[in-house]
Amino acid sequence: MTTLNINGKPHKVDLPEDTPLLWALRDQLGLTGTKFGCGMAMCGACTVHLDGKPTFACVVPISAAVGKQIVTIEGIGQDATGKKVQEAWVTLGVPQCGYCQPGQIMAATALLKQNPKPSDADIDKAMSGNICRCGTYCRIRAAIKQVAGIAEVQP
Amino acid sequence: MKKPLDRPELTADDDSLFIANISRRAFLKDMALTGLVLAAGFPNLAWPDEAAQPAQPEKYGADAMPHGWVDNPLVFVAIAKDGTVTIICHRSEMGQGIRTSLPMVVADELEADWTRVRVEQAPGDEVRYGNQDTDGSRSMRHFFMPMRRVGAAARAMLEAAAAAQWRVPVQDVRAERHQVVHTATGRTLGYGQLAKAAAKLPVPARETLRLKKPAEFRYISKGKTGIYDGQDIVTGRAQYGFDTHLKDMLYAVVARPPVFGGKVLSYNAKEALKVPGVVKVVELPSSPAPADFNPLGGIAVIARNTWAAIQGRKALKIDWSKGPHGSYDSVAYKGELEAAARKPGKVVRNDGDVDAALKDADTRVEAEYYAPHLAHATMEPPAATARIVKGNCEIWACTQAPQLCRERVAKWLNLSVDNVTVHVTLLGGGFGRKSMPDYVIEAALISQAMNGKPVKLVWTREDDLHHAYFHTVSVERLEAGLDDDGNAVAWLHRTVAPSISSTFAPDTKHQMPVELGMGVINVPFAIPNLRVENPEAEAHTRIGWFRSVSNIPHAFAIQSFVAELAAAAERDHKDFLLDLIGPARRIDPRTLGDTWNQGESPEAYPVDTGRLRRVIETVAREAGWGRALPKGSGLGLASHYSFVTYVAVVAEVAVNEDGELSIPRIDVAVDCGPQVNPERIRSQIEGACIMGVSLATLGEISFKDGAVVQENFHDYQLTRMDNAPREVRVHLLPAAEFDAPLGGVGEPGVPPIAPALCNAIFAATGQRIRQLPIRDQLRKA
Repeated sequence: MTTLNINGKPHKVDLPEDTPLLWALRDQLGLTGTKFGCGMAMCGACTVHLDGKPTFACVVPISAAVGKQIVTIEGIGQDATGKKVQEAWVTLGVPQCGYCQPGQIMAATALLKQNPKPSDADIDKAMSGNICRCGTYCRIRAAIKQVAGIAEVQP
Repeated sequence: MKKPLDRPELTADDDSLFIANISRRAFLKDMALTGLVLAAGFPNLAWPDEAAQPAQPEKYGADAMPHGWVDNPLVFVAIAKDGTVTIICHRSEMGQGIRTSLPMVVADELEADWTRVRVEQAPGDEVRYGNQDTDGSRSMRHFFMPMRRVGAAARAMLEAAAAAQWRVPVQDVRAERHQVVHTATGRTLGYGQLAKAAAKLPVPARETLRLKKPAEFRYISKGKTGIYDGQDIVTGRAQYGFDTHLKDMLYAVVARPPVFGGKVLSYNAKEALKVPGVVKVVELPSSPAPADFNPLGGIAVIARNTWAAIQGRKALKIDWSKGPHGSYDSVAYKGELEAAARKPGKVVRNDGDVDAALKDADTRVEAEYYAPHLAHATMEPPAATARIVKGNCEIWACTQAPQLCRERVAKWLNLSVDNVTVHVTLLGGGFGRKSMPDYVIEAALISQAMNGKPVKLVWTREDDLHHAYFHTVSVERLEAGLDDDGNAVAWLHRTVAPSISSTFAPDTKHQMPVELGMGVINVPFAIPNLRVENPEAEAHTRIGWFRSVSNIPHAFAIQSFVAELAAAAERDHKDFLLDLIGPARRIDPRTLGDTWNQGESPEAYPVDTGRLRRVIETVAREAGWGRALPKGSGLGLASHYSFVTYVAVVAEVAVNEDGELSIPRIDVAVDCGPQVNPERIRSQIEGACIMGVSLATLGEISFKDGAVVQENFHDYQLTRMDNAPREVRVHLLPAAEFDAPLGGVGEPGVPPIAPALCNAIFAATGQRIRQLPIRDQLRKA
């Protein structure tokens, strides 16, 4: 039995310690907002925060998450920046199918908390680990800039 | 046969629902008992096959789809005591926004306040709801009018109920923002107060309905309605097929034959069963050819969580046979397609005398274009959950085709269709992959093997890339003749690609009318001598529908070739393209050899070259066609008509000294007829740009020794933020009139992107790309 601190609360997990955090969240704790996309840290659908750092939950074993503050999409709204990011996503109509968006929001929130006024290059760097097959990248960029208070140059 | 149960799919308790959710069959019975059928003369109380009979024998649009359409408000609308309006969405949500847009149409005609509307997803039941195959860019095209009538009929019933309660003529009352107002006195009754009485009234006859005038719309055409599921999506609450959780549920993955047509020769599950959490290993039967919608067979590993199932599968030892396609090799196959394209093939359109015109031409230009297989790679791989209780199979799945799932699961489990329920979750992307129910059948078979226990079957990314129903692979060979003024006088197009029909009939070697009608025979060019040939191509894998389907290779080849011709004629590409299209006219698609016409009426949906010209002129103007750009930068143009929508694109690219490509901007002009939800139309077109860029620059599935080479996103790469166009500008052209027929939106944005990019690269560098993906073709050594 392992205890994980998720969204500010302790949760007991009864899985082998090499099980990736993703499956503990999804299958055992019912926190299905964190998504499976590739299983090899290639798509970002499973992005969570470990002690504030964006992390791919599909490759982090439970053992490596013990003792860390784990924040998932279900908890990110408790954070002021996370809430603003979620609101910007809704206001600008970012999601299409929405499946990758929890991961995108976790990545964007981590970026904005660390760098409140990111440049386009900063956004590229922080967000390029997260694939969106529907192709919402332009709106993701716009939403990040909206939260950052960066005016988009309108055509 | 057992009669279907009236499934209460609305979650609110029955007491609170007054415009009740009565099935068509039960409703008919009730109405017959009270004699109201005749009195009210409902035209819509017939079964869909009997309803909507057009005068002529040909059926088009929704009428031609399985189970047609339904516009009965009692099927789609429920109103609770507190006034909450529940609207059923019967089409699958996969990112196109249909759970917002269709209910929004009902709400508008109903004069419902959108903030008091809840949307409920219909289970698979086409008899009840009409066709549910969410594909072909037709949800809005086919259901805009039925959903308007649903809303208008429910509104009329509420008005009639209020008038009766006040004992005033119905024309003295009007529904307005969730209540009915008595105009003279200003008295009001809320929808919640009226629902019970309204539900007892007859549904008004279709021809008596008063539909709103466009000026009266609150939501339709405004583009101000937020995404219905937006809040759930951004908070992680949205439920996809991968997210289903049932009590005591088990988790499964399947090892499938690496080569299509292969089988399990023998297997050893000893090590797999030692993996902690693994419960059972079972063999699934393979199916004989053709592939159809059948599962591929293989070995299923059932476990207490997904990870254990995946680890168990890794520990399996399986000896596979390869079957007849074990030597499928994409490099060799490309050579076969090219050889076929260089010889005459089945003539599918023939205007004038192409051979003579080519002989007399001043200049002859020829080129071959290759476009590879693609996998949909929905971010959510296929997933389905099944359980079987007392002979009833219940499914939860991310599916574009819930009725098809029901029918196929019933067949495989030897149950009546009525004993199979398919709940439709949100889809984490569809793009045609989730029109195929193979994975849903797998889930049902595994649950059956576990004595009906709930089992969630998921596909990993590797499964998804190895076992898609792949987008076809094609060689398009074009040859044209120009006269001494640079006018095109002859056009010969040979299209060679394995057909989707091979998935359903194994000996098919020619493309179907639906594939040829995707931009290859129905080219609307004013060229007197024009021939299209379709040489044979044999399929060696499952070929399926991928967003915009055969339009992708056809538009890539034709729109690249037009730019090549313009260059040969030393003319501006836009001017040359407009001349090729010729003057504005409405062409009967049948005169182009297109008997399919996207399933739509040739009278209502002619090929309108005026609209095609207009999108080209618009995008050229908006993108600043002809503007000066720095060295290494260029603009490229392409247009394409598909899904009865007209699209033109100008891409701006920059290629640096190392040959690295960037895309500062893409402009897209779209004429899809009347725009019901312009905001979601824009998002679909933006997304189509990214998907087009992705397939043009990176997308390729290849086969070696019969099996797919690519494993995951490291070798099946998709466009990411840093390589996406920095800016996408969507220019929506207003419809000539609001009553004009609707065009499709989900797919037509994709096809013109690849040729626009390649034409821009040519403008920037002088290098002509004839093989997709572009990948490192621009790299300097």
